[in-house]
Amino acid sequence: MSKRIVCVACPIGCEIDVQVAENGELKISGNRCKRGYEYAKDEVTDPKRVLTMSVKVEDGEIELVSVKTDGVIPKKLIPQAIEFLKTLKISAPVNAGDVLVEDLLGTGVKVVATRTVPKRYHSKLEIQA
Amino acid sequence: MKREKVDVLVIGGGAAGMAAAVQAANEGVKTVLIEREKKTGGVLNQCIHNGFGLHVYRKELTGPEFMEELWKELAETDVLVQSNETILQVLPKEKEVIAQSSEGMKIYEVGSLVLTTGARERPLNSLMIPGTRVSGVFTAGVAQKMVNIYNRLPGKRVLIIGSGDIGLIMARRLKIEGMDVVGVVEIRPEPGGLMRNVVQCLEDFDIPLLLSHTVTEIHGRERLEGVTIARVDESFNPIQGTEKFIPVDTLVASVGLIPQNELIEDFVEMDYINRGPVVDEFMRTSVDWIFAAGNNVAIHDLVDFVYEEGKIAGKYAAKVAKGEKLPEAVYRFNRGKNVGVMLPQKFTATQPFRMYIRPKKTLEKAELRISKESIRKYTWKLRPSQMIDFIFREFESLEPENRVIEIEVIEIE
Repeated sequence: MSKRIVCVACPIGCEIDVQVAENGELKISGNRCKRGYEYAKDEVTDPKRVLTMSVKVEDGEIELVSVKTDGVIPKKLIPQAIEFLKTLKISAPVNAGDVLVEDLLGTGVKVVATRTVPKRYHSKLEIQA
Repeated sequence: MKREKVDVLVIGGGAAGMAAAVQAANEGVKTVLIEREKKTGGVLNQCIHNGFGLHVYRKELTGPEFMEELWKELAETDVLVQSNETILQVLPKEKEVIAQSSEGMKIYEVGSLVLTTGARERPLNSLMIPGTRVSGVFTAGVAQKMVNIYNRLPGKRVLIIGSGDIGLIMARRLKIEGMDVVGVVEIRPEPGGLMRNVVQCLEDFDIPLLLSHTVTEIHGRERLEGVTIARVDESFNPIQGTEKFIPVDTLVASVGLIPQNELIEDFVEMDYINRGPVVDEFMRTSVDWIFAAGNNVAIHDLVDFVYEEGKIAGKYAAKVAKGEKLPEAVYRFNRGKNVGVMLPQKFTATQPFRMYIRPKKTLEKAELRISKESIRKYTWKLRPSQMIDFIFREFESLEPENRVIEIEVIEIE
């Protein structure tokens, strides 16, 4: 089997050819770096991606904190990961780099905040609901 | 009116402006960074996807992370950040800049100026699509800000027009947030954005890409009810009989960015292909104390390059503010075959510098030639969606009597 893959590891987007021999051995060409090699290998065996999205924040300056997986996770888990992250709600303040999820769906990959969200300013005159 | 003397004034607190201000302050001059929003960061704020920082910080960052790295750099300097302040006018003869802030009007007397005002989105109206002007039509950047900052979805069912990177990224983003993304239409026969984004934003999420298609009509009374799309011929004219009605309540337009240069375009030399000022390798414009960097000079693919330009502009703006005389940019590039966006357009040939060129069309394999001499070979596909960059240092072949240097990208076997 032979497959042509566009690498997503960086903006160059190398077109990588992967040939899978009958014994399962891979022949990879067209990549210009080691990350491209790894990406192409994963792409024919178990495709992986970094997921970036937002998580809801309570009492923050803005209502959302942007997050990312701290490494790649299997592509097939992405829909599940999205649904899981949508259910999360955390309280401000949040600092960039804070670990929000230690182990995402058993992948061993963390979910970290990629933005600082300070606590919302409350006036003394504000009436608490 | 309040007057203030500043060595280097930087206008615009996005990636280029923050980098320029950091570098200028590191040269030991009084530096003020003007930002019209509440906080610096510019568009990085809302670009929560990854792919930033590989060149500059040697790690893959999201937009907000790149922004916070720059905040850390800024915090280590004496740069005075003036947020909630906007610039009304630059007076070239007086070397003065008029600002408007909550404290009122202010005049800065500047040693030098760095313009880092970035770009605006090209609005959909500029495409002259017939139909009503309904709600539910957004530019991609506005939709991005709604979703990523304000926690609001623009609608339920969306079509994206234009396959630039922001359009592709928003297709994925809106899908992740639960919208029904019916597809991306692109008038040209190839995607406008990077291939990596076609793969990871569209293919990964099963979002169709309709090449050689455009929106020909907008339907609805108050809210968008749908659009008509059609296939186009080679000259981008809709082909009769291929029209199709697509029911959507939201249309997101990613149809290009326009560099913002209103503050200087009346008195600096402009490049009408880049739509920005003509600059040399110091990022100096035709007015020797005005520098420019980032997306107002030309639209870039990578924030990393914008950052690098900001650093260069800040460094040399500081030197000029200190009274140093920079060498004259005596050489000028002449755009040859396949050269679209290009910078710098002039150079002094006193030190190696990085050049950026956007090829006009897709080239399978290509060679970069300067004065007909081969400088670099590209054994991979070059696309208009991706700038090529290289360090130019081959000055030996320059002849002092020939100061117009032809630069071209030639297709090779």
